Amino acid sequence: MTQRLDQRFATLKRANRAALVAYIMASDPDHETCFEILRGLPGAGADIIELGFPFTDPMADGPSIQKAALRALKAGGSLKHTLELARRFRETNADTPLILMGYANPIESMGYEVFAEALHASGADGVIIVDLPPEEDAPLRATFAKHDLSIIRLATPTTDDNRLTKVLDGASGFVYYVSVAGVTGANAASAGEVRAAVERLKRATDLPIAVGFGVREPEAARVIAQTADAVVVGSAFVDEIAVGARAQAAERVLRKVAQLSEAVRRARALEGTPA
Amino acid sequence: MDVRRNWQDLPDAEGRFGPYGGRFVAETLMPLVLDLERAYREAQADPAFAATMADFWTHYVGRPSPLYFAERMTEHFGGAKIYFKRDELNHTGAHKINNCLGQVLLALRMGKTRIIAETGAGQHGVATATICARLGLPCVVFMGATDIERQKPNVFRMKLLGAEVRPVTSGAATLKDAMNEALRDWVTNVADTFYCIGTAAGPHPYPEMVRDFQSVIGREARAQILKREGRLPDAVMACIGGGSNAIGLFHPFIDDEGVRLIGVEAAGRGIDDRFEHSAAINGGRPGVLHGNRTYLLQNADGQILEGHSISAGLDYPGVGPEHSYLSDIGRAQYLSATDDEALEAFKLCARLEGILPALEPSHALARVGEVAREIGKDGLLIMNLCGRGDKDVFTVADALGVTL
Repeated sequence: MTQRLDQRFATLKRANRAALVAYIMASDPDHETCFEILRGLPGAGADIIELGFPFTDPMADGPSIQKAALRALKAGGSLKHTLELARRFRETNADTPLILMGYANPIESMGYEVFAEALHASGADGVIIVDLPPEEDAPLRATFAKHDLSIIRLATPTTDDNRLTKVLDGASGFVYYVSVAGVTGANAASAGEVRAAVERLKRATDLPIAVGFGVREPEAARVIAQTADAVVVGSAFVDEIAVGARAQAAERVLRKVAQLSEAVRRARALEGTPA
Repeated sequence: MDVRRNWQDLPDAEGRFGPYGGRFVAETLMPLVLDLERAYREAQADPAFAATMADFWTHYVGRPSPLYFAERMTEHFGGAKIYFKRDELNHTGAHKINNCLGQVLLALRMGKTRIIAETGAGQHGVATATICARLGLPCVVFMGATDIERQKPNVFRMKLLGAEVRPVTSGAATLKDAMNEALRDWVTNVADTFYCIGTAAGPHPYPEMVRDFQSVIGREARAQILKREGRLPDAVMACIGGGSNAIGLFHPFIDDEGVRLIGVEAAGRGIDDRFEHSAAINGGRPGVLHGNRTYLLQNADGQILEGHSISAGLDYPGVGPEHSYLSDIGRAQYLSATDDEALEAFKLCARLEGILPALEPSHALARVGEVAREIGKDGLLIMNLCGRGDKDVFTVADALGVTL
């Protein structure tokens, strides 16, 4: 539902703070551990969840999410299992928006109509499809409109003003600003660059602006949360899965989420005070 | 209305061949592929660009390549006259250089200062490194770690030519992973880098652009056969991996309705649900990978499968989008040949014609006899001998159980 996202951003706006968008990969490292993480995310401070669905050829992702996808596939992960995890999550939580994120082919394979119905039935709110630019997402738009689902569009440092109009036409939920030209988990953009980019996007749309790519540490998240409506963190969370025993994977990920959430929550309260 | 008259005009403005093709790339790359398309249109309209290409073709690559009457193969099969288009005689030993030359000249025109490429067997990597050396541009070639191990001579060639060969260990460490890594590099180095794709696939305008650069094969072949035989051939044949040599041969004949277009895919160890083949059209289904919609080897969940072929140059889970379209509408026909059939054809060609073909065109050779007999004695057939077999002697020796 687009409504769940709209409500979440409205609530946060009243509280004068940015959202933490937490990305994890479905079925990483296995279905049940992933569900444990998923269920714990809102409590740890995630305001919005991005649930990745695995793909063999994640060409816009850095090593962290590539490895997460391979772990997930090895554990039997698929788009179907991702939808099942989303459905189970929704049984435990009515208010936290959940977005699926991944690549076009698993959806092409399932069929756009079937996918839209299944997504709606699972209680998820929308998708981000990395390799489906506005020029190619007409079939998705047609089926999503019927089910009141959001297509989150991406804007990047290479998106000029002309193109931005195209990107924003048909966008809903929020706009995902990819803050650096590169793959996920690479270096972060500077505070000045992010501020300028967010201001430019704000002039062009009323949709909330989420900033991601390269945000790994609380300090980077804090700086972005001062200007953007949401901060997206992914690689830093999925890295926690592989660094120790599987039995404690959920605990490690949720602890990291809590750290980042704390930084995002305090960002505007601290604004103006010397860092 | 005869829609077939529009075949030469494809793709459409969105880069579509029917439902295939398109631009399925990350938003960061969209402005770059749009920019590339603009630059390509300008180059197409500039006679100086064509003149520079032609000069390199004549004096550096060695074009036109001969159209050779394979007399003993013809006698052996007892059907149509078999001609070989000798693109294996090009500088660097394959058709790949036709495309690299065009793309790197375009990169220079666009003011790009760094070239990246992916390679599987190493032929496209060697061709790109060659042109980059000649034009004085730094070149980084992404190659799967598995392929680096299998293709050591080509790795060394690229290094001699001054290229940096970057091993790719992600995924299965083969061609598709090399392509993923090249795309990751491009998305990171957006300002100065030109991605030189090796086959007629990828986001628009690559399938069209690579086809256009490779169409020199078909243009020459068409003029040569008309001069020699006074008429068009009954069929033209080529092997299909991504399909750049095939589309280059097919395209100038596409509106000649009497000319059959026949592609031959790699059937590996047989086309079945073990997916130990690289026959995307015969054994795959449509999907989206590497920037285009096309036939792909994939499982029920849309995960891409590795495939297999004895020929590293055909070992790719997809195919160029124009072939997907030509297959669907029935304008071209796609056959297949197994590893073993290709090996037999390799040996036959060596003994009858004194030519060691690459394992890639050996797949097309494996179907040439049947097609020639089907056409009959008065017929004419052209097969593109798109690469020479020197690079494959180790693989062939291994397959025949010979230790060198």
